[in-house]
Amino acid sequence: MARLQTRSAAAEQALALDITACDGHGICAQLLPELIGLDDWGYPILRRGPIPPELRKSARWAVANCPKLALSIVACPAAAGPGAETSDIRR
Amino acid sequence: MIMEMPSTSITGPHPAGRNVNPADPERRPRSLPGLLGGLPADGSALGLSAFRRSFAAPPSPSDDPRRTIIDTVEAAGLTGRGGAGFPTAVKMRSVAAGRGPRVVVANGTEGEPLSSKDALLLTRNPHLVIDGALWAAAAVGAQRVIIGIDRDNTRALQAVRRALAERVPVELSASIVEVHDTPPRYVAGEERALVRWINGGEAKPTATPPRPYERGVDRRPTLVQNVETLAHVALLHQLGPERFRRSGTPDEAGTMLFTVSGAVTRPGIIEAPIGTPLSKVIDAAGGATGPLQALLVGGFFGTWLPAGAAMAAPCSRAGLGPLGASPGAGIVVALPETACGLVETSRILAWYSAESAGQCGPCVHGLADLAEGSALLGAPAGGHDPVAWMLRVAGQVEGRGACRHPDGAVRLLRSALSVFASDVDRHRNGRGCAGVYAKPTVRVPSSTPIWR
Repeated sequence: MARLQTRSAAAEQALALDITACDGHGICAQLLPELIGLDDWGYPILRRGPIPPELRKSARWAVANCPKLALSIVACPAAAGPGAETSDIRR
Repeated sequence: MIMEMPSTSITGPHPAGRNVNPADPERRPRSLPGLLGGLPADGSALGLSAFRRSFAAPPSPSDDPRRTIIDTVEAAGLTGRGGAGFPTAVKMRSVAAGRGPRVVVANGTEGEPLSSKDALLLTRNPHLVIDGALWAAAAVGAQRVIIGIDRDNTRALQAVRRALAERVPVELSASIVEVHDTPPRYVAGEERALVRWINGGEAKPTATPPRPYERGVDRRPTLVQNVETLAHVALLHQLGPERFRRSGTPDEAGTMLFTVSGAVTRPGIIEAPIGTPLSKVIDAAGGATGPLQALLVGGFFGTWLPAGAAMAAPCSRAGLGPLGASPGAGIVVALPETACGLVETSRILAWYSAESAGQCGPCVHGLADLAEGSALLGAPAGGHDPVAWMLRVAGQVEGRGACRHPDGAVRLLRSALSVFASDVDRHRNGRGCAGVYAKPTVRVPSSTPIWR
């Protein structure tokens, strides 16, 4: 039971990027090419969805090696509050 | 951004799906007081004593939310007028649910260069905005209200400060209202950027979460509302929710301020029920000065629409949604046949690039690339075809900023490439385009690198 819970909790994890902190070093894409690609300017594009179990270790390694601490592992995005689905930058 | 503009009101009940012709008294139902009703004819601000003849004072705010006020706002069906159209009561409830004390921020920054409706409202009817902010403060349980106004908008700042100086000695509840002059940047009006600036930082968006309703000014739950939205909060309490709902559509109740510019006889601010057809909005601005090719709806943060298809569309989120557009903050620009939509768009995209807060790589690099590509589009007889490249860049920019600034550039570009597709071919084939040399229709301001 406890093991099941741990498994399901771990399955809920995903990568998150603070794009305002990222400087486009690109180390994450080298360490975790399965989930992270780079755009034309060298900034990471994350694959959506939970991190597959076999890539969790690489994901932690990529997070630990980001020189700007811009990459993190979070619980899969929860239900959004007001504002998250808006189409304008202001209200 | 800040223009001296005439205002026209075509308010009145507007049942959904019915055409209202303001010139036809038979079909024009009894007019309701609106945001701009009863303003002095000499262009000055409506004073407190005259204002109080129509509007009862709001209750004094305390630390405890008054949920009956939120219920009234919900019953009236009010949606935000700053551009996104989010239900106001939902936002109020989220803030009221947080732990007190809470804060209300009235967003009068109006960074959208084509909008001047907030400036007009603050300058001519400041007590209505202050009342709305106090209603909102009572609703969510806030004892601090901050009105943020662009520091270049000196007339609005002066009008609101004067209104407060007039009010505080007679109505003590207004002493909780502060006026802050914000940096003259577009992104500075984004709610997280505004809150960050109030907290002493730069006026740039923060990464989310948290959002201001969770943790905003001084880490307190903070309600950020556009000043026109707050004016409607005061108005709907005066009218009652049922009367308020008689204007607009069932989903989007009330009137809305439109800033109309471009090839119209009388550019200015128009108050009209949400859902009024775009043709009526143009008519209220004196009508087009000549044949139109397109409308820019929603401003710089909006969408180009071909004039023919757009004119009959009701100006509401539901009415413009099928065309891929939205009224946004109520901006309509009429583009004449004589102008070149690509050149106009190219100027706006250069502004977008200059207005980037510089925090997010895809925004910084992507918007610079889009500005460069669009300049090639606008150039007569350009050698390269930048369209494929721009669409590739657009795909890498969209949704990748901390705020929606880059998304606005992408949406505008995509609509331009679609509406002005024949012009793209014409430019590319080196056939002449007289519009390239025409006087600009869309006024694009310069950008100043001030973030504090």
